[in-house]
Amino acid sequence: MLKRLGFKFIIQQKMSGIIGKKVGMTSIFSADGRNVACTLIEAGPCVVTQVKNVETDGYNAVQLAFGERKEKNTPKPLIGHFKKAGTTPKQKVVEFRDFRVEFEGQVDLGKTVEAGQVFVEGDFVDAIGTSKGKGFQGVVKRHGFGGVGGQTHGQHNRQRHPGSIGACSWPSRVFKGMRMAGRTGGDRVKVINLRVLKIYPEKNLLLVSGSVPGPKNSFVILEK
Amino acid sequence: MSDLIKFVEAEYSVARAKFPSFKAGDTINVHVKITEGNKERIQQFQGTVIQRKNPNTNGETFTVRKISNGVGVERIFPILSPSIEKIELMREGKVRRARLFYLRGRQGKSAKIKERIRHTK
Repeated sequence: MLKRLGFKFIIQQKMSGIIGKKVGMTSIFSADGRNVACTLIEAGPCVVTQVKNVETDGYNAVQLAFGERKEKNTPKPLIGHFKKAGTTPKQKVVEFRDFRVEFEGQVDLGKTVEAGQVFVEGDFVDAIGTSKGKGFQGVVKRHGFGGVGGQTHGQHNRQRHPGSIGACSWPSRVFKGMRMAGRTGGDRVKVINLRVLKIYPEKNLLLVSGSVPGPKNSFVILEK
Repeated sequence: MSDLIKFVEAEYSVARAKFPSFKAGDTINVHVKITEGNKERIQQFQGTVIQRKNPNTNGETFTVRKISNGVGVERIFPILSPSIEKIELMREGKVRRARLFYLRGRQGKSAKIKERIRHTK
């Protein structure tokens, strides 16, 4: 996993994480008197549903599951998978590669992982979520284009247009991957280096600084 | 609002209890902590409350207006700001609306707010 520190990228070998649900946003005053926007995440308790290792699977990983799900809405093969771990069916299943070594023994099949175990206050975490769908949007919103930039010099109906999309007789076509208008949002988005401001272990709540992609009640993957 | 957010906000909103209740039209004196280098001192800002925004939430702010050297000055304070040392209620005003933006264009007698007199038995 990549962690940005200043301008350097440092590759971290081991990581751990948890699955959570976005509760909503609020703001608190930090110790130095600044008003900090923060997101509340209900993280865990997650159940370990599979432990992968190099011998059998070729790599080390821990599979966590979170969120209750009705048995009648669960596919049969998945019910069997959850039964193997000795739990009820869950909504979200995520695999975390190379779980931290200090969790040795704590992440066996069927054991629960809680927010208080994985994170401490002051940690930097990455949050992964599915961003809110925004429908068909133009290039200004979708790709951050600047628009045409003026309303005079003969312009009257193209303030938010993309401008030129290529040259003329060569290449006689539009290059693949040209950024244009289209469906926006609903993508997997990762926001890195959010600080854990507070942990409420008894309610499995995490207060992280900044915003997290996705609507309320959506699943969020937190990685350390 | 979610119950869980209320649970978190309740912890931070305790600072609100030490302030007197005040509303638009009241004259209050806000004691603000100001740090200059390593020194900390208290500055007072006395004026009329012209609005309270987002009331009863942790993001609540209030706007205080005063006339300083003939110039109107407005300051917006977050109610849970740690730099507010104390709020004194100086005078209660009798007004008919919650946002007193009409004061901005006025001077002298027309900018005056009648005092609310509470009759107690």
